[in-house]
Amino acid sequence: MNTAVKNVSLFLIMACLIVFVGQYQSWNLALSILNLCLISAIMALGVNIQWGYAGLFNVGVMGFAAMGGLAAMLISVSPVREAWSAGGVGVIVGLFILIATILAAVFSFKKMSKSPLRTMLIVIISVVGYFIMRSVVDPATGAIEKVNPASTGYLGGLGLPIILAWPVGGLFAGAVAWVVGKITLGLRTDYLAIATLGISEIIVAVLKHEDWMTRGVKNVTGLPRPVPYEIGLQKSEWFLSLTKKYGADPVTFSSIFVKLCYAGLFVTVLLIVLWLSEKALRSPWGRMMRAIRDNEVSANAMGKDIKARHLQVFVLGSIVVGIAGAMLTTLDGQLTPATYQPLRFTFLIWVMVIVGGSGNNWGAVLGGFVIWFFWIEAEPLGLWLMDVLTSGMDADSALKAHLLESAAHMRLMTMGIILLLTLRFSPRGLIPEKVGRH
Amino acid sequence: MTDVLNALALFSNFVLVPAIAYGSQLALGALGVTLVFGILRFSNFAHGDTMAFGTMVTILVTWWFQSMGLNLGPLPTAILALPFGIAACAAFVLASDRAVYKFYRKKKAEPVIYLIASVGIMFVTNGVVRFIIGPDDQKFADGQRFIIKAREFKQMTGLSEGISIKVSQGLTVVTMIVVVAALFWFLNRTRTGKSMRAYSDNEDLALLSGINPDRVVMVTWILTAALATIAGTLYGLDKSYKPFTYFQLLLPIFASAIVGGLGNPLGAIAGAFVIAFSEITVTYAYKKFAGYILPEDWVSGGLLQLLSTDYKFAVSFIILLLVLLFRPTGIFKGTGV
Repeated sequence: MNTAVKNVSLFLIMACLIVFVGQYQSWNLALSILNLCLISAIMALGVNIQWGYAGLFNVGVMGFAAMGGLAAMLISVSPVREAWSAGGVGVIVGLFILIATILAAVFSFKKMSKSPLRTMLIVIISVVGYFIMRSVVDPATGAIEKVNPASTGYLGGLGLPIILAWPVGGLFAGAVAWVVGKITLGLRTDYLAIATLGISEIIVAVLKHEDWMTRGVKNVTGLPRPVPYEIGLQKSEWFLSLTKKYGADPVTFSSIFVKLCYAGLFVTVLLIVLWLSEKALRSPWGRMMRAIRDNEVSANAMGKDIKARHLQVFVLGSIVVGIAGAMLTTLDGQLTPATYQPLRFTFLIWVMVIVGGSGNNWGAVLGGFVIWFFWIEAEPLGLWLMDVLTSGMDADSALKAHLLESAAHMRLMTMGIILLLTLRFSPRGLIPEKVGRH
Repeated sequence: MTDVLNALALFSNFVLVPAIAYGSQLALGALGVTLVFGILRFSNFAHGDTMAFGTMVTILVTWWFQSMGLNLGPLPTAILALPFGIAACAAFVLASDRAVYKFYRKKKAEPVIYLIASVGIMFVTNGVVRFIIGPDDQKFADGQRFIIKAREFKQMTGLSEGISIKVSQGLTVVTMIVVVAALFWFLNRTRTGKSMRAYSDNEDLALLSGINPDRVVMVTWILTAALATIAGTLYGLDKSYKPFTYFQLLLPIFASAIVGGLGNPLGAIAGAFVIAFSEITVTYAYKKFAGYILPEDWVSGGLLQLLSTDYKFAVSFIILLLVLLFRPTGIFKGTGV
């Protein structure tokens, strides 16, 4: 079969599945699946830039997505004036002390030659800097958290349109990626994997526990939206006349309309990222990346700076993941640090990339759609399967209750099995990378 | 003088004893990771969940024994159940090797492929564990709780600070010493152990001298399963059993193995204690301790805690980064980089 026909039909099947859900379950559900599919596809593109283009194994997708989420909150929420006057100065001064400490440590590391004296000096600078910072920041954060803790107790954000947060989220994620990459790239692939795993756990721990910044597990809800609100729509003239024209129920139609607006925004971002990725992949830069991936030794011999190129591609991929993370928080309308789970945010994205086809952007997008769809639909399917399996058992048997209760955990196992089977029997994925003449 | 002794007692109770116990648990975990790395040459991301699986079987058998009234008196029943846990875990790990890793070994796949495959296995194991025992906390410790209670210690010494040592902590340290001694004896003295080390040093040379690779790999997995189950059970007895915490243990365990030098068993143990001690000393609140040894008016408000316990994983991470920055081969030279 012609590859192009096959690829197009794969996407068509996917579209049919979503339409099917819309027809038989509800259009609201179908659209919310579609929106998350779009975000997943962007995240998968980001991971594909790292893994598919350069062979870098990033196990910290969750952390980069969380950086995006943090940006969405910090940009969009309006500032809490009382909290700023209570401790804003302290936090900012603390931040400057932290930066100064790091700069001083790096400076003395660069300027002095290797000696025990240098090590001593760096340790002293870091420890003293840390304590000065803590002595300034601790009272400030304490004061901030005391300001009306039930509803605020944090600094709030900048109160800017939330769309701005998408690129900012990318920048946040890229900055973290630069630091991690700077240290671990150039060593074994395993080290990058472990370091990214670590940084993602730490980022999420910070979001959960720094209440003065994110309200921690109390969550920041009600982030402003880039699209109209349902209630507002239901009251506006033009919307009601539109509803009348199609003979729909205004309440249902308003929530569908809002989801369509989101979908429009997400599709735009997806297309831009996809277009840029494709351009990059087909450029001399993309060829160089693949050359490095396929044979580091000979690429090095050709004068390519492998560590620098890896750092570049790692940061680029993380930026895309950060953008997607900010979009996800925008869609949710709230920052809930406790929902950042590695299985959902890191490993699921990996399954998307591997199943879709590593190295192929269209494959990553398809993988994002397919895997997200099944991730959502696996739960009712698993429940149904368990119902069928246990239908012969006594209504009150303990085993039946246990099996029904555990059906939710089937998803993990299913995803693991899908990953292993794809890796084994179809390692190039649904839409394989094109290896051709250039 | 008593103030200094009190301070020492306080420090031992909240830092020394827990850190030794935690370090022993990490050491057993890191030994498993480092063995797989040395012989099979990949970082096994499924190790945390392998620990959870072995511990789960141990817990189930423990419950069964408890329901039959079988116990070990002052010691936890889980020790009786441990061999069953190890056997089940070994069977599970060998099955996963057969189903997944063997294929890539035949193909001589790149290390990163093993890494991804181990992530797949991690998913599946995690799913199996949650499916069978659920994602919640489980209690399975029984028997006597303390070797020395804080109150008894205070009466014995007349100090106002007590040291308490839990049975699980004593058991952890004793088990760790026995297991490590047995492991080193096995690696250095037996024929199979020597062939494993040879295989780890130079695969081609080992194959040329007639070492059976399948056997080496099998023994490695069995040892890994045993280490993982023992580490997991001890951790569960000492703290509590929750599948997700075992996944999170992955970071300190990897950090231990890398700090010590990946592939080096001695390094794994040293690394584990470095990580455990730094984690606990950095997150301990020194307020009371300082109250004993410093003049009264020196001690200000605040807990004198360097880092809140919420960030204990950050400690292992920072040590990991420092080691990668300045000495990527680890304290003892490993096969890494």
